[in-house]
Amino acid sequence: MTEAIPAIELDGVVKEYLSHGETVQAVKGVSLAIGEGEFFSLLGPSGCGKTTTMRMIAGFEEPTKGVIKLLGQDVTDVPPNKRDINMVFQSYALFPHMNVWENVAFGLRRRKVAESEIKRRVGEILEIVDLTGREKRRPREMSGGQQQRVALARALVNRPRALLLDEPLGALDLKLRQHMQIELKRIQREVGITFVYVTHDQSEALTMSDRIAVMNDGLVEQLAGPREIYERPASKFVAGFIGTSNLLSGTVDTINGSSAVVKLGTDDRILVASPAAAGETVDLTVRPEKITISTEQPEGELSVVRGTVNEVVYLGTYNSYAVGLADGAEIMVFQQNANDSSVTAERGDTVWLSWQPQHSYAL
Amino acid sequence: MGRRAPYWLALPGWIWLGIFLVVPIAAMASVSLTTGNLIDGFAQTLSVSNYSDAIAKYSTQLVRSLVYGGVATLLMLLLGYPVAYWIAFKGGSRKSMYLFLLLLPFFVSFVLRTISWGFLLADDGILFGTLKGWGLLPADFHVLATTVAVIGGLVYNFLPFMILPIYVALERVDPRVVEAAYDLYASRLDAFRRVVLPLSLPGVFAGVLMTFVPATADPVNAAVLGGTGNTMIGNIIQTEYLVNSNYPTASALSFTLMAVLLIGIFIYARTLGTDNVLEAAAR
Ligand SMILES: Nc1ncnc2c1ncn2[C@@H]1O[C@H](COP(=O)(O)OP(=O)(O)OP(=O)(O)O)[C@@H](O)[C@H]1O
Ligand SMILES: [Mg+2]
Repeated sequence: MTEAIPAIELDGVVKEYLSHGETVQAVKGVSLAIGEGEFFSLLGPSGCGKTTTMRMIAGFEEPTKGVIKLLGQDVTDVPPNKRDINMVFQSYALFPHMNVWENVAFGLRRRKVAESEIKRRVGEILEIVDLTGREKRRPREMSGGQQQRVALARALVNRPRALLLDEPLGALDLKLRQHMQIELKRIQREVGITFVYVTHDQSEALTMSDRIAVMNDGLVEQLAGPREIYERPASKFVAGFIGTSNLLSGTVDTINGSSAVVKLGTDDRILVASPAAAGETVDLTVRPEKITISTEQPEGELSVVRGTVNEVVYLGTYNSYAVGLADGAEIMVFQQNANDSSVTAERGDTVWLSWQPQHSYAL
Repeated sequence: MGRRAPYWLALPGWIWLGIFLVVPIAAMASVSLTTGNLIDGFAQTLSVSNYSDAIAKYSTQLVRSLVYGGVATLLMLLLGYPVAYWIAFKGGSRKSMYLFLLLLPFFVSFVLRTISWGFLLADDGILFGTLKGWGLLPADFHVLATTVAVIGGLVYNFLPFMILPIYVALERVDPRVVEAAYDLYASRLDAFRRVVLPLSLPGVFAGVLMTFVPATADPVNAAVLGGTGNTMIGNIIQTEYLVNSNYPTASALSFTLMAVLLIGIFIYARTLGTDNVLEAAAR
């Protein structure tokens, strides 16, 4: 994505709606560039503006401000039927009066592709989505998963520059969803086109995407790869939204070169790489699985806090501890059940929590 | 009771229909085969010739009714579809108000509304009288007592029955499905022809039935707006019954009309109801 022209580019895009005489900003200024062939996700809670952003890329909504480019070309004023991208709707939006074959052939027919070519391509794509033999079915005669695949085939058959998918798996049950996640990823690799994927399911975004834009309240909070988003959330919001995160707040005590020591309680010290002035209050985050729980005070260059076990939950592959700190905060700790399933501490025990300095940093 | 409840609850309705629909029809069928007159009494003679005689005598009015009803229905479809479309897709938050306005005329009796149309269309009434006064229309211009007036009246009176079912069908069209058509390179015309229109056909079907049948059988518009040259079959049936007391002929005509309408509806349903139309749209 260095020199190449991005497949999709948003520059300062704002979308305002007028609702009951009041202006609502659904999207408050989004700029991003999506590379060709990338699996790009828009992730965020309900109402954060994901669908609105998507609909502007598709051309159903015109941005109030800003520019949208496809392959370097300004398409801000181009209607959806003239944009070389296709959308898979959250509700599938299949044509209920047409069978599977007609649904899939719709786009090709509008583009006046030769009938023999249509036959070949529709057959091909139905094979990819595993619907061969179901050509004559009407949408309502099919299961949710099958309808979803028709919607996918109907868009993919046109070989668009990019495919927009708005929570395409939202209506499916967990098992089918996981299966379709793998399928989608496989199809995307096979056809090699840009996928813009909207979801509010963080694990879905993490497993499937090359890059993720985490949105909150009409703005992009962080744009990075899944690993970075998870390991180094850029804000309190991202840390809280992606996975389970412990948020701590403390005062910078001393500074040792490039690392600071943050104090919570009397025996606690947290080592933070990012510089901050002494006396300053900072917010910190640390993931539950990075923490070691022990009944004795650990040695070495570690962040260490002391607390009391409030709750122990056995979760099969790991144990989850809720540990209360002196200042009232609660820290979640996940401990892998690698060797035996016995727990390190019981409810009410005093424990030491420790982790490597690189696993916590100020937000 | 329990799962039988629906049957029991439906029973009064079925009895009602049985008594007030089937019985009169059976009685009328019987009357249509009698001979005689009011003074000497009617005798059941199974005289099928009542039908051939009535059809021979009134074929002009029968055909005219079908033509007027058909033309009026076509006009209502052409006028009503855009209105239904507009309310469904552009009505916004005022949809219910537009629907209420549409139904407002029904608060005035059907006959009165038609009579007021008569006033409106009168040669020297408020509309044409004024226009003639301004010299915008020739002095001998007239609409009342013409075919135009009758068909106009039919269209005016039955239009809401065309609009409402089409509106209901359009209202149920998922806007996302229409967007999907645009997304798949359909022009506005294509999206309408291949998606919106086919999905609204059930409404068109219901609307045509709900207007064509009553418009064809209607006696009021022809009587009030039509004058002598535009008599429709409804007028004949009414006159034969109420004025001439010729019950056999009136009954035979009613049944003939019913048969013609039912056959027409059947053919119409077969054409529109099959997948042919939808398949054509999918191409
Ligand atoms: N047509 C509209 N008129 C007024 N407000 C709107 C309109 N469409 C969206 N909004 C508002 O814009 C905001 C963003 O909506 P959007 O549909 O983009 O959210 P989303 O991130 O897709 O949420 P979800 O995950 O629930 O689908 C919401 O607050 C919504 O109420
Ligand atoms: Mg949405």
